Amino acid sequence: MKKKILAGLLAATMVISLAACGGGSDSGSASTDSSSDAGAAEAPAAEEAAPAAEAESGGKVLNIYCWNEEFKSRVTDHYSAYTEFDATHGKIGDLDVVWNITPSDDNAYQNNLDQTLLNQESAAADDKIDVFLVEADYASKYTDTDYTMALSDLGISDSDLADQYEYTQTIVKDSNGAIKGSAWQACSAGLIYNREAAKEVLGSDDPADVQAAVADWDKYNETAAKVAAAGYTMCSVNDTYRTYSNNVSGKWVQDDKIVIDANMEKWIDDSKKLVDAGAEDTDELWGDDWAKGKRPDGKVFCYFGPAWFFNFCLDVDDPETIAAKGGWGYCAGPQPYYWGGTWICAATGTDNADAVKDLILTMTTDKAVLKDIAVKDSDCVNSKSVLADLASSDEGNIALLGGQNPYADLAAGAETIDLSNLSPYDQGCNEELQNAMKAYFEGTADKDACLEQFYAAVIEKYPNLSK
Amino acid sequence: MGKSKNNKVVSYNKWGYIFLLPFLITYTIFQLIPLFTTIYNSFFENYRVGLMQVGPNFIGLQNYVELFSTPDIWQYLANTMIMWAMGFVPQILLSLLLGAWFTSPSLRLKGQQFFKTVIYLPNLIMASAFSMLFFTLFANEGPINSMLVGAGILSTNYNFLFHTFSARALVGFMNFLMWFGNTTILLMSGMLGIDPSIYEAAEIDGASSNQIFFRITLPLLKPILVYVMVTSLIGGLQMFDVPQILTSGTGDPSRTTMTLIMYLNKHLYSKNFGMGGALSVFLFVVTAILSVIVFKFVNSKEVK
Repeated sequence: MKKKILAGLLAATMVISLAACGGGSDSGSASTDSSSDAGAAEAPAAEEAAPAAEAESGGKVLNIYCWNEEFKSRVTDHYSAYTEFDATHGKIGDLDVVWNITPSDDNAYQNNLDQTLLNQESAAADDKIDVFLVEADYASKYTDTDYTMALSDLGISDSDLADQYEYTQTIVKDSNGAIKGSAWQACSAGLIYNREAAKEVLGSDDPADVQAAVADWDKYNETAAKVAAAGYTMCSVNDTYRTYSNNVSGKWVQDDKIVIDANMEKWIDDSKKLVDAGAEDTDELWGDDWAKGKRPDGKVFCYFGPAWFFNFCLDVDDPETIAAKGGWGYCAGPQPYYWGGTWICAATGTDNADAVKDLILTMTTDKAVLKDIAVKDSDCVNSKSVLADLASSDEGNIALLGGQNPYADLAAGAETIDLSNLSPYDQGCNEELQNAMKAYFEGTADKDACLEQFYAAVIEKYPNLSK
Repeated sequence: MGKSKNNKVVSYNKWGYIFLLPFLITYTIFQLIPLFTTIYNSFFENYRVGLMQVGPNFIGLQNYVELFSTPDIWQYLANTMIMWAMGFVPQILLSLLLGAWFTSPSLRLKGQQFFKTVIYLPNLIMASAFSMLFFTLFANEGPINSMLVGAGILSTNYNFLFHTFSARALVGFMNFLMWFGNTTILLMSGMLGIDPSIYEAAEIDGASSNQIFFRITLPLLKPILVYVMVTSLIGGLQMFDVPQILTSGTGDPSRTTMTLIMYLNKHLYSKNFGMGGALSVFLFVVTAILSVIVFKFVNSKEVK
């Protein structure tokens, strides 16, 4: 008997230990459950054709999906009905608020959101997504589907949104023209230059003079040559990328074919010349090499960025940086563009339509709230009147820009941004073009080989496309 | 006819099968079924673009045709094998040397336990942490560059990750550092298993230590060498974490450090289980062929 018990125990130990190490080693294990998964995923896609015209209200839990703490802290600070419990829970009146925060790294946020949205139909009422946030780079992946509610279905009218900048609405319009999200930020961006360097190279650090020297790409390239001759680097090729990519004349993907726009060709050719001349480098954004320019000895002439760049990316708290000495200046730069911003979307199937409506209206259209956000959090807010206020008052002066008030420029930039050429493939195409061209700029591969690599990488991400 | 005795034999057999059962069950669930579903999946068009699911539609061998329609796959296989060899060759040489020193009865090295622990230590660090460390050390403005420039060896910073050879060599070097301790310990156990009387006999016959190593240790170590070679080869074909982290998944420069599994990982962005399956099957076949070649090659020499 004893033997039998012992044998049973041994067998159990073996099962457990084998089960623990059995999973990883097989090369094919990654695709194990695909067939069943895919079948389940397809079902709601076919069924969700009719969007809920009348959304429900009166649910108990408001689920908010986002990728960082930003929106949560905005809601905590500026949405008076909200009380915070702990890091991921709070209450609006009787409604429980649950924050589901997944970082964007490695596409984790979107993967999680995709899976949850695909299961939205069958999820229990308290588990359904009510609100989720998107970034512009991939907004249309969600807004051009029926998984996102049109704001008009929530009872938010165009007149509620009249004070917003048009480009912030273009980004989240679906192909029928319905607005499906709303942003509290308007992130028009420009050129942030090192005043010291500007004095040395151009003889003036006045924003108007610097703007004249970089007013279009030809002037920019001329200035870059002078900058290089003075021992500075202009910036990284990845800094200028968005300025070019926001000003394309056609979409990345047309009839399921990848199209490289003339302005993207221009980015490639201009950048190659500047890198060869030593006027630009190929540093990755956010990397240590790239960040050197925040200090005077980094010898970088400028960065490209919007208002949030001032406070979050220039290390103003470090006394050694240019920012701490108020040594930056702002001008509009060669072409208008935007960078960043977060859109609030309502998920189809929400059981808290009223709460969602109020949240969106308060956070993105209430002028008092937006003014408060602009002053306290230095966001460049999505309100023409609030920005006009700031431009004409001392509240808009920014110390790290040497007291310059950039809001008039920011507001003018936001008016001129034209985003009619967005496509759901932008994020992948932009990332891969920057990755692939690096070798060309560095001189380790020729342009055609790099473009081939770009096409291959995009098709890997979006197998339905072709060259 | 002792009936009771006969019963006892049968019941022992039964226990043998029962003890095998847990292995068979877990093997079936976690290895065999995934293997076949992978092959099955490779015949389907099945991916997701945004929130749009395409397939699964049966498309026969279309995935394989597409996979081999460009020379990329061979490039990635070559990358993988080159980076594996760059790590494995120095690794096996150093491991043999260290193993021979540690087990040599005439040397009697002191502090063996200490050294064995130290050379094994790099393997305890997570591969991703290790490659993060190298990424920082060898960055364009990193400490290695500033030391080399400071010492006057280089005139300007050399960007290690922008050049094919240096990027591959870094991957090889990391794999070498991580695995040579493990290999040394495996080879040592093999060397300690060799009968000491053979060595004594050789010494009495006047063999030099070189002769002893090449004529006695190496031939008798062959089974362990084959084992090390095959496991390292399979591990090398599945190389992923070190180059993935070092190049942020891009396989830069120009995908010359892209391994097969990194390529597989690229297809998971679009949940492309069809192409992923086809690639996995290709990897399976390559692994099988290479293992058979190594086995045959080493065994045939033994016969001679």
